[in-house]
Amino acid sequence: MKIACIGVSHQTASVESRERFAIDAHQTTAALREALKVPSVCEVVALSTCNRVEWYVVSSDLGFDPREVMQTRSPISELDLEHVYQHDFEETVRHLFRVVSGLDSMVLGETEILGQVKKAYATAAESQTTSIWLNKLFQKSFSVAKHVRSQTAITRGSVSVVAVAADLAEKIFGELDRCKVMVLGAGDTSERTARALLGKGVRSLIVSNRSHDRAVALAAEIGGRALHFDQWEAEFAELDILISSTAAPHFVVTYATLKKLMHQRPERPLFLIDIAVPRDVEPSVNELEGVYLYDIDSLESIARESLDARRQEMEVCQRLIDEHVADFIKWADQRGWNRMSASGRPESAPRTIISPTL
Amino acid sequence: MDRFWLFASTFCFLASFCYTVFAVRTGKPLHSTLNFVAVAAGFVLQTVFLYLRGEQIGRCPLTNLFEVFIFVSWSMTLIYLIIGPAYRLSLLGAFTSPVMFLIQTLALTLPIDTPQTFTEGPNGWLELHASLSIVAYGSFLMAGVAGLMYLVQDRQLKRRTLKSLFYRLPPIHHLTEANRRLILLGFILLTLGTVSGYFVGRPTDAYKVGWSVVVWLLYGLILWGRKGKSLIPHSMARASVAAFLFVLGSLWGITWLSGGGKL
Repeated sequence: MKIACIGVSHQTASVESRERFAIDAHQTTAALREALKVPSVCEVVALSTCNRVEWYVVSSDLGFDPREVMQTRSPISELDLEHVYQHDFEETVRHLFRVVSGLDSMVLGETEILGQVKKAYATAAESQTTSIWLNKLFQKSFSVAKHVRSQTAITRGSVSVVAVAADLAEKIFGELDRCKVMVLGAGDTSERTARALLGKGVRSLIVSNRSHDRAVALAAEIGGRALHFDQWEAEFAELDILISSTAAPHFVVTYATLKKLMHQRPERPLFLIDIAVPRDVEPSVNELEGVYLYDIDSLESIARESLDARRQEMEVCQRLIDEHVADFIKWADQRGWNRMSASGRPESAPRTIISPTL
Repeated sequence: MDRFWLFASTFCFLASFCYTVFAVRTGKPLHSTLNFVAVAAGFVLQTVFLYLRGEQIGRCPLTNLFEVFIFVSWSMTLIYLIIGPAYRLSLLGAFTSPVMFLIQTLALTLPIDTPQTFTEGPNGWLELHASLSIVAYGSFLMAGVAGLMYLVQDRQLKRRTLKSLFYRLPPIHHLTEANRRLILLGFILLTLGTVSGYFVGRPTDAYKVGWSVVVWLLYGLILWGRKGKSLIPHSMARASVAAFLFVLGSLWGITWLSGGGKL
């Protein structure tokens, strides 16, 4: 018996290479069944995301070459060989545990990958291309991801400016569904920040820009209301979050203006996200009670600190994963993995489909 | 023998506090359920103690300063158990448990558990008046704890130094609301407690009445300032912490002045 993993990822291949091996979500079942037709292949799971394409395979033949499975989708040329990686039993287990825990992700510690792996496994289970070994391996990997997340700080904080701003908003207001947000200056980063806040539950969004047409276009695109630039102060008393990224060479929001405006809403905090360079908001407004000002440097600094903290957790995560790898190997040995591997015979247990733990 | 339950309860609060300090300092994940269970266990043990003491003296266990301290601590725990999960104030327990630990340790170590002699039987109105007032003080003390948490979180946000504690504290807006509602709850309970005092049918203690009026006015002013928007959340948090220290500090003095807390 042989468990193996073969694939390409953002760490080994460019997006051009990865997209050649990518599996369309609608064709996954067909791809899995085709892979199962490769001689000696007993079980298979295909994971295809924007950052990786990987096949997890169980074969009854110790001399099996996993490239045979990958080539069912696209031929592997000599040039591809330097980008494609493959792992044997223990390294496959370790690799999957690292992947689901976010240690192999482009953004260290991100959690989206867990959902993607769960979906890949569910598709394989529904297509009846998994059995005892891959069922156990993937279900174990989900509990490993949960354990790593809960026992370490690998997911703590945010590592991008936009995510840091959205997290801070939650730390100030809690639920964001009642927050009123204004985007001042329709730049790219302010648009992404607004989208991140909408993703966190914000329902009320105003876009104000010197070019009103641009404000109207952005408001229509992300689901907000456009406002003439000279009217933004009139809406200020109702605001909770202001994202500012105008091209103005001077401060748009000054201490004197804000002090006056804060008198109209003394009981509500105000979160100012100044991502403009040169800055739009006078730094001294942070001294006003209830005002929290974050400029691009402070947001980037927090993102960097979070990333550093996550990197420092890598060793602890790796130790936890090694313990779980040892557990899995022990379980496999008890199920006669070594015996079957030595004899090279296919396992005798019937293929049973276990519902994925989603 | 009833003190055994109190020692056990004090240990639970100490364990909760130590666990939180350890988790925050080492950056390890903090399981709020563990904290909640430790505080809940402390509460059950406090309740057992108060029940046994009540059985022993044949009336509400508020007959001396020792019992008053334990009743205040019990009230704070009760309020935490009710509002902590409702407001997702997971770390409130960690901030509350050292206060409870301190109050109970003082009560257990100081010679204040002096038995009282009673010439009259239990008075229902008197016991209602005393217990409502003590629960009100518990609520005020919890408001002070929420205010302290607000000030810590505000400082981190202002300085942009987001340490391990920042990610564990609740949103600042939740703390503002918890602070306001706890003061309001305490104020209502203290008003009810004061009103019930008129029906006791005994001569009133001038020190206690005077002090109750001062506390009532103090919190009334805080609420009035908040309602009139002259007290912004930051000032309200500071005021509640200052009032918390005043209540905790003067509770002892006023009980001593009025004859050891005898009902």
